[in-house]
Amino acid sequence: MPVKPVHVGQRIKRREDPRLIRGLATYTDDLKLHGMLHAAFVRSPYAAGRITGLDARRALARPGVAGVFSSDELRGRVGPAPCTAILPGMNHVPYPLLADGRVLYVGQPVAVVVARDRYLARDAALDVEVEIEDRLAVVDPEAALAAGAPKVYEELASNVCWHQPPEPNPRLDELFAKADGVVRLRLVNQRVAPVPMEGRAIVAHWEEGPQKLTLWSSTQTPHGAKQQVAMCLGLPELRIRVIAPEVGGGFGCKIPTYAEECLLPWLSRRLRKPVKWTETRTENLLATTHGRGHVETVEAAYTKDGRVTALRARTIADVGAFASMLGAAIPTFTHLLACGPYAIQAVSWEIVDVYTNTMATEAYRGAGRPEAAYVIERVMDEVARALRLDRVEVRRRNLLAKDVFPYTTPTGATYDSGDYEAAVSKALARFDWERSLAERDRRRAAGELVGVGVATFTEICGLGPSTGASALDRRGTWESAELRVEPTGAVCVMTGVSPHGQGQETAFAQLVADAFGIGLDEVTVLHGDTDVVTHGVGTFGSRGLVVGGTAVAMAIDKLVAKAKKIAAHGLGTTPDRIDFSGGFFTRPGAEVRLSWGDVALAAHLWNDPVPGEEPGLEAVARFEPPGTTFPFGVHLCRVSIDRDTGEIALERFLSVDDVGNVVNPLLADGQRLGGIVQGLGQAWCEQVRYDESGQLLTATLMDYAMPRAAMFPRIELDMTCTPSPLNPLGAKGIGELGTIGATPCFVSAVLDALAPCGVTHLDMPLTPERVWRALRDAGTSR
Amino acid sequence: MKIRVHVNGEAQAADVAPRLLLVHWLREDLGLTGTHIGCETSLCGACTVHVDGRAVKSCTLLAVQADGREVKTIEAMGEADALHPLQTGFWEEHGLQCGYCTPGMIMSAAELLAANPSPSDAEVRHALEGNICRCTGYQQIVDAVQHAARLARERRA
Repeated sequence: MPVKPVHVGQRIKRREDPRLIRGLATYTDDLKLHGMLHAAFVRSPYAAGRITGLDARRALARPGVAGVFSSDELRGRVGPAPCTAILPGMNHVPYPLLADGRVLYVGQPVAVVVARDRYLARDAALDVEVEIEDRLAVVDPEAALAAGAPKVYEELASNVCWHQPPEPNPRLDELFAKADGVVRLRLVNQRVAPVPMEGRAIVAHWEEGPQKLTLWSSTQTPHGAKQQVAMCLGLPELRIRVIAPEVGGGFGCKIPTYAEECLLPWLSRRLRKPVKWTETRTENLLATTHGRGHVETVEAAYTKDGRVTALRARTIADVGAFASMLGAAIPTFTHLLACGPYAIQAVSWEIVDVYTNTMATEAYRGAGRPEAAYVIERVMDEVARALRLDRVEVRRRNLLAKDVFPYTTPTGATYDSGDYEAAVSKALARFDWERSLAERDRRRAAGELVGVGVATFTEICGLGPSTGASALDRRGTWESAELRVEPTGAVCVMTGVSPHGQGQETAFAQLVADAFGIGLDEVTVLHGDTDVVTHGVGTFGSRGLVVGGTAVAMAIDKLVAKAKKIAAHGLGTTPDRIDFSGGFFTRPGAEVRLSWGDVALAAHLWNDPVPGEEPGLEAVARFEPPGTTFPFGVHLCRVSIDRDTGEIALERFLSVDDVGNVVNPLLADGQRLGGIVQGLGQAWCEQVRYDESGQLLTATLMDYAMPRAAMFPRIELDMTCTPSPLNPLGAKGIGELGTIGATPCFVSAVLDALAPCGVTHLDMPLTPERVWRALRDAGTSR
Repeated sequence: MKIRVHVNGEAQAADVAPRLLLVHWLREDLGLTGTHIGCETSLCGACTVHVDGRAVKSCTLLAVQADGREVKTIEAMGEADALHPLQTGFWEEHGLQCGYCTPGMIMSAAELLAANPSPSDAEVRHALEGNICRCTGYQQIVDAVQHAARLARERRA
């Protein structure tokens, strides 16, 4: 009989926090190595052009400057920058570590200066004279597809990076022919910036004696970085150690291995000194990957009772000036999740990845799924409007029933489990949807602009199995865990995920402590060091607990199996007759028992050897997900709008999510609240803007509007629980729910508020200016 | 230029370049790396420290401007066995995830609670307008500050 969990399921405060709240944690920029030099980049001021000259003499003349390097020193020796998502048929152009003969976007590194201190390095970088013959840039992805548009790469026939043509689908054609109506939408899912509060930071230290590179990097994927840097530099993997120390947020932009991460090791090796580079916020906005950047056009066929039967859509995805690690593949997730939680029968989805003279786009919290949810939720609202039906009612008519799982969508996704109606019922009851509508109508009658919004959604977490991985990835979608038991019974967990705020040092300790009946203080969780954790994949795609946690659970099982053999030997019986629970090994009918600590000590002491066994107690496991998990949720909100200014007030927001089983509700709340605000940020204020010549207009936090504390009411949270059958924890993943559900929910509410004025469409972000202009154009702002 | 600054209660004398930012002096010369840099333009608040008891953004203050003043950083807010109420609040309420903004949040919130020991949630949110957090969505930060306010009131009572 398993005993009631002591720690799992509890709101346990984080074990990470003591170092963080006292300012004692070590982020990459906090490192100071003996003799360390500082790098500063010379970046392109033009979005497109030919490099005609580079003069570093003035920079090199400054005392303390160790070197200035350009592609002349790199060509043929090192590079190109890593890219793993080279899709079949993709027009891939290798991206050099430093611009080679041409520049492709504003902010592209052209040269690097290395100097004694960071002030000097920046001064010297300003001294480097780069001559660029600039030419016409192309910034808008739709314009980039037009005949005669300037080309990002002259050697390519067009700006198309990759094309997934629409497949002939007779079933789809039939559903459209039979439809009672068709809604058509063109939706811009604007380019946004991830803005982790810690930007990228790198310290590379090549040690000539042991011939070893240690690379500290603010990354979500230290093992990926190790392999990519090894390939880029032609160094054996065994000579590289990558450490992700404390990492100040990622949100997707720290998944890729960047040119700078390959270049700094090369510089350190060349100069025989440790080299540090910490990006400025402007560099972060210029040259750290962006997210989204889609234009979706969709046609949805529906029946007169409000059932959406078929979707025909096209994504134009702005991949930027080069294909980042995963960038070109992100829209395939939009296609995969096209149906959301709805029983749609046929889908055709064309994807056009387009090069533009802008920074590359990459995974950003949700990575393709927020775009999908935004499309289908806007479709549901449009169908409701066309049929004069309640927006929740339309969704209810389309939701998959709880008895259909596992359910395979027409796009090929297999949903593991779900009970969407339960979540909807719970959310409606708590929000009191009917009363909210009545209250809205009452306030409208009094002259206010008030709206309520809804989104019902599902998403894809814990990607797997690895059959989709390519050789370029060098690793699959599994995750690793290693447990080492000390003679005292304390357990060291080494996980291949690389948490940077998610709290796995706590959550995994909860799993382990309960498994062995020990205290949380007897567990330590190590991560983010490739010499400590031999193999791993990393933290992204809401996979930490689902995949990484399951690997821990598997390693626990292996340890228990061996411990039972040791206990059976000590108790004079066979392992199958040993019961282990609450930290004690017992033999049925016998009073004598052994504690977890007794067995741990016996395993190390080995003075009473167990025949056929090795001394010690440790286990390694890798979890290969048999499929992906599909958490889901319902978000409801209410907004009001100031007619005179266009300012939106978010009055209420409710999130009812289902993430399967929860290990730590306190951390789960944090993931959801943070995601919701980030999702609302995209809907409300955030946008990366370039001008027509490719100059970045949002290059500081003065210009790039981040969500701030006073914008939000107290967000209400509730849950339902439908465990995933795909892993023993029953977990589904949580990190990206907010950015998937909150964004369309907010837009739904704002468009509802503006509906009485005749406004039926707005693109994000819903800034006061945009709302005010819509009201003015509708002629009702006064 | 020669400066004398009391940092976390200790007298420090240094000869610094006129353009050296206070945050770089604290982090790189004094090793006080708990104060972080998030934007270099005083918009994100990660670098917030106290100068003569006021919360200021140390990324846009020169080290020489701190001459003759008292500077307090996150490292001096509490000890392992005697945390500042705000440190306790942030820990108890899960007011941090990646932790990068946290020291600045705590320094800004400390200024608020010194002036207003019983703030409303709206007052907390207003006081933290100059501090950006990308992870938490702010709600648990508000809870953390309110937790600290309660603790501080209890300690005084």
